[in-house]
Amino acid sequence: MAAEQHSDSPPVIAVSDLTVEIRSDRGSYPVVADMALAVRPGETLCIVGESGCGKSMTALSLLRLLPEAARVTRGEILIDGEDLLAMNEHRVEDLRGERIAMIFQEPLTALNPVLTIGEQIAESVRQHRKVGHRAAMQRTLETLQLVQMPDAARRARQFPHELSGGMRQRAMIALALACDPRILVADEPTTALDVTIQAQILGLIEDLQQRLGTALILITHDLGVVAEVADRVVVMYAGRRVEEASVYELFDHPIHPYTLGLMGAIPRSVPGRSAAERLTDIAGTVPPPWDLPVGCAFAPRCPGASARCFAERPPFEEKRPGHFAACWEHVHD
Amino acid sequence: MLAYAIRRLLLLVPMAAGMVIVTFALLLMVPGDPAHVLLGPEATPDMIANLRASLGLDNPWYVRLWDYFAHLLQGDMGRSIFQNAPVSQIIAGRLGATIELAVVALLLATLIGMTLGVIAAMRQGSLIDTATMLLAQLGVSMPVYWMGLLLMLGFSVQLNWLPAIGRGAPLLDAFGAALTGRPQVLADSLMHILLPALALAAYSAAVISRLVRTSMLEVLREDFIRTAYAKGLRRPRVVIRHALRNALLPVLSVIGMQFGILLGGAVLVEQIFAWPGLGQLTIGAISQRDLPLVQGITLTFALTFAIINLIVDLLYAVVDPRVRLG
Ligand SMILES: Nc1ncnc2c1ncn2[C@@H]1O[C@H](COP(=O)(O)OP(=O)(O)OP(=O)(O)O)[C@@H](O)[C@H]1O
Ligand code: SF4
Ligand SMILES: [Mg+2]
Repeated sequence: MAAEQHSDSPPVIAVSDLTVEIRSDRGSYPVVADMALAVRPGETLCIVGESGCGKSMTALSLLRLLPEAARVTRGEILIDGEDLLAMNEHRVEDLRGERIAMIFQEPLTALNPVLTIGEQIAESVRQHRKVGHRAAMQRTLETLQLVQMPDAARRARQFPHELSGGMRQRAMIALALACDPRILVADEPTTALDVTIQAQILGLIEDLQQRLGTALILITHDLGVVAEVADRVVVMYAGRRVEEASVYELFDHPIHPYTLGLMGAIPRSVPGRSAAERLTDIAGTVPPPWDLPVGCAFAPRCPGASARCFAERPPFEEKRPGHFAACWEHVHD
Repeated sequence: MLAYAIRRLLLLVPMAAGMVIVTFALLLMVPGDPAHVLLGPEATPDMIANLRASLGLDNPWYVRLWDYFAHLLQGDMGRSIFQNAPVSQIIAGRLGATIELAVVALLLATLIGMTLGVIAAMRQGSLIDTATMLLAQLGVSMPVYWMGLLLMLGFSVQLNWLPAIGRGAPLLDAFGAALTGRPQVLADSLMHILLPALALAAYSAAVISRLVRTSMLEVLREDFIRTAYAKGLRRPRVVIRHALRNALLPVLSVIGMQFGILLGGAVLVEQIFAWPGLGQLTIGAISQRDLPLVQGITLTFALTFAIINLIVDLLYAVVDPRVRLG
């Protein structure tokens, strides 16, 4: 876990009031609402939540890479103080990969099948550093070595399908780190991998982030992962933050019944069961974003729900110092 | 890859044999007798019988088929009944013109089809998209001779921009001439080939444009396109280097088929534009029941088609690293 040295530098990325809406034949509905986060250099923020909670939509909006159906309708995303949502397209393109980079969940589909690993990494280098072919290849090799790609020079000449899943994700990480980004967004970077490889890749990301002082936003299903790498944690449910705290605080004093549910669902490493399956141990399912309950979105699944919970949405407020949650039933300590 | 190519080339032998047998059977079934055609309406039955005997036409079919294969093995496709020359020589004199026409048409079709397909995909649902796809619908439904006549009427008869019939110098020679300071030769060749090649290309261009559009739309939704944007690449680069390259894979696989269709269409187009190629020869040979010549032409078409398809398959393996030939 990162030391506390980053607590005084200003955040490299600060999101406030973010709302993302989807337009579909069902009409227009938010999939992310009132989202906020701030991450400092060298700090790791984890976003946790079940499938469909809006984690990926949040992540993609940080690079302005939302799918066509989705749009940011409100909010502010400041990258080094610059408003991402107000930038012209060229400026955004200049930041992507250079200032803020992303690692995707499924490295096989996220890499271009007809270009070699080396070509794909070098392309990013040449886009942002005005260097020639040789220098770009040099940097590519350095990055591949940085992510401990075995036999880097040979791998650079291979195509994604010729690499194992773990190596592909290393290549993906190398691609993201090729231009020394200040912010790294990793959207479930280990979900598609074998359990043993998962730990390696996670360790690698954490190690690199510490050494390079990158601000890391890590999205995961798995509270086990959170406990290992996070400095701060945002728990999301149905597009909203339901709890946020430092990792120690969260595990010592979890407040929100949903967080408790996730923790109760932790029975770790049950053989043959994925993190996603384990999370379904909370009874019921996430409501679809086009049909959210009126009050607290978690009420239909919440063991402690009262009449008020079904009528009014609880505010997201500070319950303990530095510890926020949205729940009616928890009184301030 | 070399082993694969050799194996495919060897496979051409049984394919060619099958082709010969099928053509042979078809020609047996169609009514008409070259001796009749050759001697004209005044011929007596005696004269006809004599001629048939000297042409070997009165032998039973299996003897004639056997004879044909025996000669073929020695590289002899027989003699044309009407032109009194070896079939191979007649075909050799014509093949270049047809290949030239078909290749130029294929290039045109690919160029037009890809451009329209990409534009339509980039502007999905727009007026341009609709117009392009209507055009493609038209191109697919319009028979090639109809297209040929329309183009001829428009650009030669009405506008008088381009010659209606005939061929200039062979394109390769014309390029040579242009390099040695006589560009007008090349211009003349290009002006002659433009209309027939366009008429021939229309159908394939339409097919390719639809395919490129569909395949572009599919590829643009892929994860690696998002990765390309996440690297900070500009849109044109993402579209061309990342999307188009992948979208071309399915297109490449139909181009071989299209070449076969082009060869078929060439028969009609050459007739309309008096293009001195194999197609024109085919129609003459069939109507005269010049059996050896028809056989020879069919065989040539089949081999050309097969070889083009082999080239396309090899190319596919070069473009798509995931393909293992074997
Ligand atoms: N392209 C899209 N068009 C329409 N709806 C979408 C699209 N992508 C996602 N959604 C919807 O947006 C909501 C939030 O999705 P998101 O991908 O952010 O969830 P997530 O938290 O990342 O889940 P997971 O853990 O499964 O990745 C979901 O209800 C999903 O159905
Ligand atoms: S507000 Fe009510 S329903 Fe929502 S989590 Fe708290 S107790 Fe449960
Ligand atoms: Mg997701």
